[in-house]
Amino acid sequence: MMTALYGGLIIGLAAALLMLFNGRIMGVSGIAGTFINMLFTPKARTAQSGEFSWRGFFLFGMILGGILLSKFTNTFVDAAMVTSNPAVIIAAGLLVGVGTRMGWGCTSGHGICGIARFSGRSVIATMVFIAAGMVAVAVANALLNVSGVGQ
Amino acid sequence: MSSNITRSLIALAAGVIFAIGLGVAGMLNPANVRGFLDILGEWKPALMLVMVGAIVVYALANQLALRMKKPLLDIDWSNLPRPGFDFPNQAKLGAVLFGVGWGMAGFCPGPAIVSLVSLHSTVWTFTTSMLVGFYLFALYERRKHSKGT
Repeated sequence: MMTALYGGLIIGLAAALLMLFNGRIMGVSGIAGTFINMLFTPKARTAQSGEFSWRGFFLFGMILGGILLSKFTNTFVDAAMVTSNPAVIIAAGLLVGVGTRMGWGCTSGHGICGIARFSGRSVIATMVFIAAGMVAVAVANALLNVSGVGQ
Repeated sequence: MSSNITRSLIALAAGVIFAIGLGVAGMLNPANVRGFLDILGEWKPALMLVMVGAIVVYALANQLALRMKKPLLDIDWSNLPRPGFDFPNQAKLGAVLFGVGWGMAGFCPGPAIVSLVSLHSTVWTFTTSMLVGFYLFALYERRKHSKGT
């Protein structure tokens, strides 16, 4: 229970760094989405190389952090995907990708940065995606029970 | 320019710290996320503490930011979105779609990217699909703008 709180404090610190030094919101969907878009738009990439660069470095840092975790903890050993059905996984990935861009942010940008800055739209967004997630899990569990596959 | 390099190094540090925070918080285990969203089953409220911890630290940092004329490495605050209530229906629909995908797989964008390190084929399938989703929406936006609507 407490590790969840400590993890949150560390996440808050990372977001605070990016705001206080660079004046940027630590929103992963925005950072990664803009990066991908620039990756396939050479004109924008060369015109705004600084914009492309810091996003790339942030994403590279996330991977580096993941490597550190895998070296010194059993984080990824414990982690089991909730389903391995490829159709479900691909649909879920597309929904998260399109949904976070269409919804102006994800858990980090809205759920942490936006709420902490008392942004009304982020409070709304967070309530909406948590509620939708709860419904999705409830429906998935009900389907599993009906078909008798799960648990 | 050298300020671009320092900003990139700060971003690198923030990315590393963020990933470690996600690991410590338990966010990299999709089962924890599903447990948090499973209010009708065996609800695990722990992830609420992740949000509480992060929001407290960031709210304090925000108080500091409000007293600073500009970020330490930039000329003004113009890159921070202005807090507000404007949130059109299309964006609300986006939040719904995101929530459904999040509940289905137990992954939001941050953990999905960090977990690529696990080399799990299922994670790679998810994250690749998510990146395709990012790009599809960018293409849609571009088409909309080029039509001048």
